[in-house]
Amino acid sequence: MSNEREPLPHYQEPLLQTPFHDRARALSQLDSFIPWSGYTTVDVFTTVEQEYFAIRNAATLYDLTPMVKYRVAGPGAQRYLNRLVTRDVAKLKVNRVSYCVWCDDSGHVIDDGTLFRLGEDEYRLCTAERQIDWLLDSASGFDVAVTEVTEQIAALALQGPTSCAVLKQLGLAGVERLKPFELRGFEAGGLRVTVSRTGFTGDLGYELWVAPEDAILLWDTLMTRGKSRGIRPIGSRALNLARIEAGFLAPNVDFVSAERTLRVGSSRSPLELGLGWLVDFEKGHFTGRRALLEERRRGPRRQLVGLDIDGNKPAVNALLYAERSARNEIGSVSSAMWSPTCKRNIALAMVDVPHITPGSSLWADVYLNRELVWERRMCRARVVERPFFAPDRRRATPPADV
Amino acid sequence: MSAVRPSAAAGYDCVVIGGGHNGLVCAAYLARAGRSVLVLEAAAQVGGAAVTHEFAPGYRVSACAHLLHQMSAQLIDELALAKHGLRFAATQMPTVALSGDGASLTLGATGLSGPARLSAHDLDAYPRFVERLARFARLLGPVLEQVPPELGTSAWSDRFALLGLGWRVRRLGRRDMRELLRIGAMNVYDLLNEQFESPLLKGALGLDAVLGTNFGPRSPGTVLTLLYRLAAQTGAGERSTAQPLGGMGAVCDSLARAAVAAGVTIRTAAPVSRVLVANDAACGVLLESGERIDARTVVSNADPKTTLLKLLGAEHLDTGFVRRVSHLRSNGLAAKLHLALDAAPRFSGLDAAAPGGRLLVAPSLDYIERAFNHSKYGEYSDAPAIEVTVPTFHDPGLAPAGGHVISAVVQYAPYALRAGWDVERERMADRVVDVLEQYSPGLRGMIRTRELLTPLDFERQFRITGGHWHHAELAFDQFFMLRPVPGAAQYGTLLPGLYLCGAGSHPGGGVMGTAGRNAARRILAKAA
Repeated sequence: MSNEREPLPHYQEPLLQTPFHDRARALSQLDSFIPWSGYTTVDVFTTVEQEYFAIRNAATLYDLTPMVKYRVAGPGAQRYLNRLVTRDVAKLKVNRVSYCVWCDDSGHVIDDGTLFRLGEDEYRLCTAERQIDWLLDSASGFDVAVTEVTEQIAALALQGPTSCAVLKQLGLAGVERLKPFELRGFEAGGLRVTVSRTGFTGDLGYELWVAPEDAILLWDTLMTRGKSRGIRPIGSRALNLARIEAGFLAPNVDFVSAERTLRVGSSRSPLELGLGWLVDFEKGHFTGRRALLEERRRGPRRQLVGLDIDGNKPAVNALLYAERSARNEIGSVSSAMWSPTCKRNIALAMVDVPHITPGSSLWADVYLNRELVWERRMCRARVVERPFFAPDRRRATPPADV
Repeated sequence: MSAVRPSAAAGYDCVVIGGGHNGLVCAAYLARAGRSVLVLEAAAQVGGAAVTHEFAPGYRVSACAHLLHQMSAQLIDELALAKHGLRFAATQMPTVALSGDGASLTLGATGLSGPARLSAHDLDAYPRFVERLARFARLLGPVLEQVPPELGTSAWSDRFALLGLGWRVRRLGRRDMRELLRIGAMNVYDLLNEQFESPLLKGALGLDAVLGTNFGPRSPGTVLTLLYRLAAQTGAGERSTAQPLGGMGAVCDSLARAAVAAGVTIRTAAPVSRVLVANDAACGVLLESGERIDARTVVSNADPKTTLLKLLGAEHLDTGFVRRVSHLRSNGLAAKLHLALDAAPRFSGLDAAAPGGRLLVAPSLDYIERAFNHSKYGEYSDAPAIEVTVPTFHDPGLAPAGGHVISAVVQYAPYALRAGWDVERERMADRVVDVLEQYSPGLRGMIRTRELLTPLDFERQFRITGGHWHHAELAFDQFFMLRPVPGAAQYGTLLPGLYLCGAGSHPGGGVMGTAGRNAARRILAKAA
């Protein structure tokens, strides 16, 4: 392929392929690909159910390469990040990872992501969507360099109860001592890989970061060595089920970036998203702090909560009411599923105060398609604690040898 | 920087960064309301850019603005500036449009006079045009004296302020209201071509619309800048277009005396390096000397970029706000030429009394627009538009006996000159003298010394980011409740306890003092 071709109009520009693409394509039975941040990625390999159960019972590979990655480095990196995100970055030690959100001036969430501290003055910020304009504008006045490194790093999520065992099979000595949100570099069998004990499934799992030229070697080694541990690749659909059970938010599903909302009132603060625990008002100034202080003083008007809904039909897009007669609309569901592991009908929903406390009882109107006959059913829903699924193995160090 | 030393004094209620005219006005009003106030001026004397400086032995001139168009009569009276030494060498100076052939044109408050030949149409239209604009200007006058309302709040005071403005527009009557709304966002080129025939007349009126701005006559919004200038002149009353005795520095000297009389402490040669913050509020300042001064309120006369991005720093502000401040258009493009002369300059076609007016080199609207064109590409024009005064005509004390001074505002001299000012400064000065020589033959031979101050020099000497006389462009999108940026348009900033009082705030620059007065009112109202 020549590097010097005429640029195409944006609508003809092909999606990029990740370094794992050839392997993924070969294993994809459905050829079901979807776009993600300019890359083509797998939605489903075989069936969603098979892939989902592999996450909860064996080990799975998910291609994370399209995750947008920024290198944040320089003497002012920590001050810069502390002004950017709502958490106290000064508390993040080298080789640790932190889940963060960042807000606009109104205290509304622009995006969430994971922040890796790779060195004294070097961080990596991973986000679902591109943020470079906001990150660069935020850098004005700070001695820091922010560069996108998405294409320079290939990444796989290895998730599931046997994931640690698979890594040990690879010969990553001491990987079992890695604590949640810790990262470390390993070298085994000619492979240099950075492993972080992070993930989007709420289960035991790791994320593996390598140079693109090592990607195929990493994939092949994992698939070979992990065979006995039931390893299989998964697509975005199965991952989405796992993340709902884990109670994680998906951008553009459970909230819309404040930089992209058009309608007044459709952006959300971290307090509204139930992420108040990520906001450190004591650490000094950060963008949105004054607005969030004011919101905390007033109290948020609505909040994202977990719901447990009667029946077994996912309450997808359901509106929520205070009473069965559906007179007072008090919210809506953003993510919903029947959880096979919890055996519960669960959902994430934005609900008006005062119906946000665990135990509150609401009504959801669930639409059922019964052989093309639509039925509307009012189902009782209870506000419950998140996450819905939180097995001890996600935190156990060392993980059980299975 | 040396270590932080504790302040000797226990601190002040208010510290004002910068002793320009607005800082002094603000300080005086705060002190009169019982606040303990300290003014910190970086330079050796107060005044900021409103100073009289000696540019050649025995020759003194106003360094920046040379005429007082807009200082409100109310402010002069309230601060008793006359008692504190403010005198005028001349007031209501006539405007004279110079013509290369000597057929100049004098623009009076009510009519035109020659020797330029004027059409019956222009003679008839001029008084009506001036009167109509004066009506509009009177409507805008109160807006200048007002703390701008904040949009998107539910405060009744903000709503009333907007309703009041709407009501005043409505009360103009149907014909005038329609006309105001029609011309309000127009460019002055189209408006003047619609009204007049004489290129010289149109050039003179057009220059007033763009003087001190980054606009040519064809730029949108230049009718607004003209109305704004007229509105402020209306507020100045009989003392509009005045030349203070002793130059512009004398205005600030009287303001400083008024401030001191009100109880203000003034320290010169005390540059501030940082605004100090504690518990998310301004709590004082750190001087470049390392001295720390505590204050409950910090007021900055410095321009918005200097105040917010340099003295305070982005880390105390939100990204979106910093983005707006960084995008503030604040590059100046007015230069100042000062000539020290051995003898009295003569301008062709003018009688002996005429050099006492404002002399304009703007023979047509197209002439100004062509001069402006160059500035868009980082160049200056060899045929610039110029506003000339001969301050020594009214105030001989500014030069040695028999000598004279010419003070000229030259447009356009873009801050970001492509070739760089340190390379081009003298060449541009040559070109401006060439142009002046056409209107005043023999001028070149009288020049003993000359000085050209470019926006870069204003930035260096007066610490104004971009060297813009108004600190920030006076334009529709940086006006009133958008000045300097939303979030800081009510003199407060997003940081509690830090206020802006300079020309970057409403109603802007010109030696007016209104921004300082409005800021003081806002600070006092907040504390009440």
